[in-house]
Amino acid sequence: MERDDTYEYSLDTHHSEEEGVKARKKIWMVTLILSIATIVEVMLGVFLPKTAIGDSAALWQSVKLAYVALTMVKAGYIVLIFMHLGDEKKALKWIILAPYALFIMYLLFILLIEAAA
Amino acid sequence: MSAQATEAIDTKTLWGGGTSPFKVSYGKMMMWFFLISDALTFGGFLAALGFMRHSLADSWPVAEQVFYHFPFVPHHVHLPLLYVALMTFILIVSSVTMVLAVEAGHRMDKKGVTKWLGLTVVGGLIFLGSQAWEWSTFIHGSDYGAYKLENGAAAELREDGSLSIPLSMRDKFANYEDYDASTATLSGASAELIKESSEHVHGANLTRNEYGHQLYANFFFFVTGFHGTHVLSGVILNLIIFVNVIKGVYHKTGHYEMVEKSGLYWHFIDLVWVFVFTFFYLI
Repeated sequence: MERDDTYEYSLDTHHSEEEGVKARKKIWMVTLILSIATIVEVMLGVFLPKTAIGDSAALWQSVKLAYVALTMVKAGYIVLIFMHLGDEKKALKWIILAPYALFIMYLLFILLIEAAA
Repeated sequence: MSAQATEAIDTKTLWGGGTSPFKVSYGKMMMWFFLISDALTFGGFLAALGFMRHSLADSWPVAEQVFYHFPFVPHHVHLPLLYVALMTFILIVSSVTMVLAVEAGHRMDKKGVTKWLGLTVVGGLIFLGSQAWEWSTFIHGSDYGAYKLENGAAAELREDGSLSIPLSMRDKFANYEDYDASTATLSGASAELIKESSEHVHGANLTRNEYGHQLYANFFFFVTGFHGTHVLSGVILNLIIFVNVIKGVYHKTGHYEMVEKSGLYWHFIDLVWVFVFTFFYLI
């Protein structure tokens, strides 16, 4: 019998020259975004260093948050575009992301909540 | 249940003959599964790092005051974290060349794959060399070493004999008479007292660390070392595939999926470094 929930895949998923131009444009776009994010991080480090603003200052907390946010943006672009996870089937995408997110969030939760000395 | 049992599905339709519920090949799916387990290891490392640095905040060094060297630049010129930032950029660029190699593979462009994969290997080698340099700089330590107090705090020795106090440890030295808060240095009689009563440590390894708490050095070696091992194996893997590309192995098979699979691994290495850069160095 024919099933409609299975999908043909092919190892030779070739694309044409035209599609190649499009794909490369996307790659350079992401390169630009990743570079800008890294440059912003470096600029934050140069102009608002921890040693100058103090590690307990409220400003440092915002800088830290900015670092984490930029890291997440970079991670998102690397995983979804460079690793092509964004182009995979939804089922595969979530089978990869959901268990990982669950474990790590649980680890961080337990470290933050149960770790009081 | 019974309904399912009566619907006999031959395995060829389901798995055997070029179909998969996830529309990916076996090899690519297994690479993803491996990467998840590897990512959990790195996640565990970084979570432990965050946990320890929080509980040892008052003797934990500030990365800016540890990693300020730059190759071929005299030591007195402090360029905090600039070389690490450059290493991050090199790894990102090598990730870009890898994704361009994968793209060229989709067009069966053997010349393109050769060029971009070759550049990826070069980027990986530059990164590995940079890491070796950084390890050697860290192991060697600052120019004059530091004095370690019993509570784990450290005071770096300056050329003129005064002691420079790292940011996170300043509270511990604020009560000393000769402490200058504006420059965070200690001189005169208190400096001499510390020099007489505490241990002089020069450099860092797994048993001593002149910059502050011992665990800082241990985490540095384990986290960047574990990542560096991944880079090394990634470079070797890419090199083998590079030779195969030149020999035309994948061209004969009709697809460059092997480049795609090692590409996944290589991007993962870049991904991990993005997190190490933020959580070990920047924050």
